[in-house]
Amino acid sequence: MNPEFEHLYQALSKVDGFIYPNEIELSWSILIVLYPFITGLVAGAFILASLERVFNVKSLKPTYVIALLTSFAFLLVATMPLIFHLGQPLRAWEIMMTPHLTSAMAIFGFVYLWYLMIVLLLEIWFDYRYDLVLWARESKGIKKWMYKALALGSDDISPKSLKLDDKLGYIVTVIGIPSAFLLHGYVGFIFGSIKANPWWSTVMMPIIFLFSAMVSGIALVMVLYIVINHLRKQKIDMLCLDTIAKYLFYIIIIDFTMESLDQIHRIYEAEESFEIISLLISGHLNFTLLIMQVGLGMFLPLATLGIIQFYKPEEKLRKLIYFITGILVLIGIFFMRWNVVIGGQLFSKSFLGFTSFKLSLIGPEGFLMASIWLVVPFFILAFLLWLFPPWKKTPVEH
Amino acid sequence: MPLHLKRLLLTGIVIISLFLLLKHALTPESFGQYGHYRGNSMNEIAALPIHFVGNNSCVSCHDTIVSMKSEGYHSDLSCEGCHGAGYKHVGDPKMEQLIKPDSREFCAKCHDINLARPEKAVTQKELKEHHSDQKCVKCHNPHQP
Ligand code: HEC
Ligand code: HEC
Ligand code: HEC
Ligand code: HEC
Repeated sequence: MNPEFEHLYQALSKVDGFIYPNEIELSWSILIVLYPFITGLVAGAFILASLERVFNVKSLKPTYVIALLTSFAFLLVATMPLIFHLGQPLRAWEIMMTPHLTSAMAIFGFVYLWYLMIVLLLEIWFDYRYDLVLWARESKGIKKWMYKALALGSDDISPKSLKLDDKLGYIVTVIGIPSAFLLHGYVGFIFGSIKANPWWSTVMMPIIFLFSAMVSGIALVMVLYIVINHLRKQKIDMLCLDTIAKYLFYIIIIDFTMESLDQIHRIYEAEESFEIISLLISGHLNFTLLIMQVGLGMFLPLATLGIIQFYKPEEKLRKLIYFITGILVLIGIFFMRWNVVIGGQLFSKSFLGFTSFKLSLIGPEGFLMASIWLVVPFFILAFLLWLFPPWKKTPVEH
Repeated sequence: MPLHLKRLLLTGIVIISLFLLLKHALTPESFGQYGHYRGNSMNEIAALPIHFVGNNSCVSCHDTIVSMKSEGYHSDLSCEGCHGAGYKHVGDPKMEQLIKPDSREFCAKCHDINLARPEKAVTQKELKEHHSDQKCVKCHNPHQP
């Protein structure tokens, strides 16, 4: 318990109207906002990669490996906000050691592991194995041993085994698509299944989370592709970028439709929770929902990407527009997570009052802590790009 | 089967056995004694210090206030609801003073007009108009209002 709340007076000054005592303080704050955000980036980036591999969208080839490595870098960090949110981070492993089969969160641990170990690691490994062997032959010193260990000491690059690798990699990707859907659909399920909370409890939640995940993951890879090429002073493949933007546009439309459907459904049903939810949207969430999530994060990107489908400005300008749009989409999806996680805790389940939330700068649940977990994946990605440079890979036909 | 796939399979088996081994080693001994949790935790939690000690702990030293309160309108309120957690004060009353919440805002948290709060539960007054220049405790004894 927050020590200042040992006194009723301070506690009540956060509250409007009537609220149950356990609702005064938000127990899930910004770190729990980050968790679905980061997991969404993982699933979204992976789905973009599988567009190339499984659905044969050849123009996306330059981003295939970047998308996989991005997905991997973010997946490594996805659980960190959760673990650091726990009052007892050193007990985090208990969820795996003594799993409770009726606990949604415990099962998430296994869904996560499945995705990390069976899908992502294997797919990246099969994709890189040929290069690992080659690099192990060429490099010297510690790098040589690293590549050698990662190739599991095998030197076998006969055409037959490469063909087998390719086949197995393909199978893993095919398994990977439903797994990516499962991973992020599951995050939506964790919220959607809380039936006491009318802001969360909707069967649409997994689907909405899934499509918003794809939106954010694709936007992230698009931005990263622009940045990486800029840093490496390489000419960007505009066809690839245009294709990503096209898919981004389509998926934002689907995402927008799903979320609107959900809201329309709520408005038409107008259950007893409707009044407090409309107060929530017009009051506490009006900035983060109407302006950040819907305005900047959805309408503006839809408009710019939509216009670009018909009228293409010259490359430099187009690149800039894609870059800014990508960032806006990422901000928008971040605030979508914010509105779900924070919004769902702001109103009383008596439907008679609100509490309030103020993000602190420092502290274990503060802004700085959250920024760290948002920046770390980029460092991991930079390291991965250094160790496994996609541009030094030998091109193979899948 | 090519060599690298054999090694991959082996790595997988090693990881899974490591997990099972860890699971065996790290599951606490008293786990599952009563249910899906560590049996020992019951005693450990019971041994934690109690912050809110309850009205009966105040009787031995503040008996007049306790009996006064029990006859007034505030009889249902707990001392610590207004004064804050008393666990330190009870042990060392001279050094650990409790809060005396004598501001108008404090009483207003419960007694101001609030449409969401049933009038039956607590009497509400338009406090902006009720002797707004003075503290409530000037006229109302908080222990017997
Ligand atoms: C061991 C005896 C003892 C117990 C038990 C005790 N008190 Fe006190 N309390 C005192 C004494 C002595 C003082 C006067 C301290 C002083 O003025 O330095 C005091 C003072 C107070 C004050 C006034 C502080 C001030 O700033 O003037 C409050 C309020 C109070 N007690 C509340 C409580 C409550 C509520 C409880 C029950 C949880 C409680 N006390 C239990 C001995 C006790
Ligand atoms: C409605 C809130 C409320 C409750 C409940 C309450 N008090 Fe108080 N108490 C006050 C306020 C306000 C003051 C300060 C009065 C003043 O400054 O004139 C006070 C003052 C005191 C004091 C300081 C002595 C004094 O008269 O100034 C003691 C001791 C005390 N309370 C003990 C208790 C005990 C013991 C209980 C439980 C039986 C209790 N209080 C319940 C609000 C409350
Ligand atoms: C935790 C909520 C709470 C706080 C804080 C509180 N009261 Fe009360 N008060 C009550 C309740 C409950 C009653 C009894 C039900 C009723 O008749 O309103 C009550 C009754 C009263 C009454 C009698 C009302 C009547 O019906 O005649 C007065 C006067 C009063 N309180 C004054 C105060 C003052 C002055 C303070 C500030 C020191 C205060 N209260 C703080 C909850 C509170
Ligand atoms: C100048 C003295 C004075 C002050 C200061 C004062 N009151 Fe009163 N209060 C009274 C009197 C006298 C009554 C009874 C007559 C009435 O109902 O107005 C009363 C009645 C009440 C009642 C009961 C109303 C009812 O309908 O039975 C409540 C509750 C109350 N006061 C709360 C407060 C609170 C809370 C404060 C501080 C914000 C406060 N009072 C400040 C003198 C005062």
